[in-house]
Amino acid sequence: MAYKCVVLIKQVPDTKRVTGDVMNDDGTVKRSALPAIFNPEDLNALETALEIKDRFGGHITVITMGLPGAAAILRESLYRGADDAILVTDRRCAASDTLATSYILSCAVKKLDYDIVLCGRQAIDGDTAQVGPQLAEKLGITQITYVEQLIELSSKTITAQRNIGNGWQQVKAELPVLLTVVGDANEPRVAAARKMMKYKKASTPIEVSEQIKAENPKADEAEIAELLELRAKALEEKGLLIKQWDLDSLEADLAWCGMSGSPTKVHRIQSVVLAAKESKDIHPTPDGIADMIHELIEEKTIA
Amino acid sequence: MIDVNRKGEVWVFAEQHGGKIEDTPLELMSKARRLADTLGVKLAAAVLGDRIKPLAKKLVRHGADKVYLAEHPLLGQYQTNSYAKVMYDLIHKHEPQIVLYGATIAGRDLAPRIASATKAGLTADCTDLQIGDHTTAKDKKVHKNLLFQIRPAFGGNIVATIINLDRWPQMATVREGVMPMPDADTSRKGKIIEEMVELTREYLPLDIIDEHKRPKKVDLKAARIIVAGGAGVGSRDNFQLVWDLANCLGGAPAATRAAVDLGFIDHDHQVGQTGTTVRPSLYVAVGISGAIQHQAGMAQSQKIVAVNNDPDAPIFQVAHYKILGDLNDVVPLMIKTIKEKGIQE
Repeated sequence: MAYKCVVLIKQVPDTKRVTGDVMNDDGTVKRSALPAIFNPEDLNALETALEIKDRFGGHITVITMGLPGAAAILRESLYRGADDAILVTDRRCAASDTLATSYILSCAVKKLDYDIVLCGRQAIDGDTAQVGPQLAEKLGITQITYVEQLIELSSKTITAQRNIGNGWQQVKAELPVLLTVVGDANEPRVAAARKMMKYKKASTPIEVSEQIKAENPKADEAEIAELLELRAKALEEKGLLIKQWDLDSLEADLAWCGMSGSPTKVHRIQSVVLAAKESKDIHPTPDGIADMIHELIEEKTIA
Repeated sequence: MIDVNRKGEVWVFAEQHGGKIEDTPLELMSKARRLADTLGVKLAAAVLGDRIKPLAKKLVRHGADKVYLAEHPLLGQYQTNSYAKVMYDLIHKHEPQIVLYGATIAGRDLAPRIASATKAGLTADCTDLQIGDHTTAKDKKVHKNLLFQIRPAFGGNIVATIINLDRWPQMATVREGVMPMPDADTSRKGKIIEEMVELTREYLPLDIIDEHKRPKKVDLKAARIIVAGGAGVGSRDNFQLVWDLANCLGGAPAATRAAVDLGFIDHDHQVGQTGTTVRPSLYVAVGISGAIQHQAGMAQSQKIVAVNNDPDAPIFQVAHYKILGDLNDVVPLMIKTIKEKGIQE
């Protein structure tokens, strides 16, 4: 039987490539200074969904919440084989912590029909691993975290292997479930050239409207709106319209979104200062090394 | 969520598996003890399981004033939903102001589920906790005695202090190995409270078919001396130098993430933000540049020796003994010197 999968993905700054000072003078983080990438473990989650689709058939919807630019990773998902893409974007989402984020995402997922929800275990900008379990709770479904292997899918049950740090555990559960997938689970496929050709023009309404404005600098708002409707319709007919949802279309309770929906607040952010210590330069010579070893033995650091 | 309440206790979720309490919650007890003393409230441990009464005494000896003991046959093996349900009920019954969890595999699976159900805040992977005041920028209102939840963020490049002003309990998971384990004090007295647990099979949605525990190849946390190699060591073959130096020092071999990713040594040996956090008496860093993510796992070592041929390597900023040179010369020299000293003394 075919399965309907929803994959939650996130665009993140590439924290592995941070060099030098990432702080602005006012103590905030220079997000713009870093390249934005597809969160690595979300690619593993997408790959797991693609493997399910390859074996059993079905349908994959990818959702991301973020700035309009996050449409880039939705296109990357379409290049790899996702069927449908949704951008949740709204200024009122800003400053959402994991609890508010999981609430907003749950409103989006509830609008869809699904058997399996997949998330990466954690995102590299926060490393919290909280949104997956929080989303499962909000959806009222079973969570299977740290999935490293999908063992079996049959009718309405799933068997998966979890990486529990010092070993593994195999569990079976009834669908629907939410899986969080670890980086060791698989090797994410690369974009397919044929799909890239097909989906490179896939756009969100925001992107279409930006394009119209660039092409018609003198057009007024009504004209832009009219053109937007026409072009969006044309894209939709070709399956190239990336859906764009705001908090109103999600019918989200604003009290649980953004700043007001976030119990955690930032008190302070500090740059990591490397501790300066009393240190000695040791010459890489027999005498230099012997002196150091002697000192370490004297003070009983070395027994 | 519960309301802000200044009388609420400080809680530690005392994660246990098979009747053995995990190290991380025990490590947390000394810090939690200090938080409770600062606030002038009781420190309590919540322990869930089946036939685990003996654990309550152990928690008292490690600093708990009270132990909430939740025993039920269906709690014999950890599952997210059953444990989350019982913790949710306990939190709403006793209204602790702070609830702390070890950032273990189970802790990171459980705590967010509880946070979502209670609609309270949760900060992941804290490396330190303090009590402090916060003034809100908008109305200049002072919020006294909040839990400062301190954690590295942004790949370890910054340290953020997170607070939860009003939707309590204030909850955090705390990283493994960042706090020293308190010594057990057998003279301590505490109150053990047996909780009634209401649980049905519907809270056990997982059928646990099979489990395989793989013992760790090395116990870095217990090692007094660690010799760690980085990408600079060059190859899996050359990593033998690290093993040899560790052997002659009676220490454990370790590695950076880069060295593990290059296949020089198994992941069990990894020190750093995504590996083990260590605090040995001596840490010898060989061919390690000292990325911030690695330093997060070893900077608290008592003595650090760094061997590197790059004078600008960040590892030198935290090292006590800086050896600028080729590790292929320096390490054999160290081995030779130690062996000779061993013969002399």
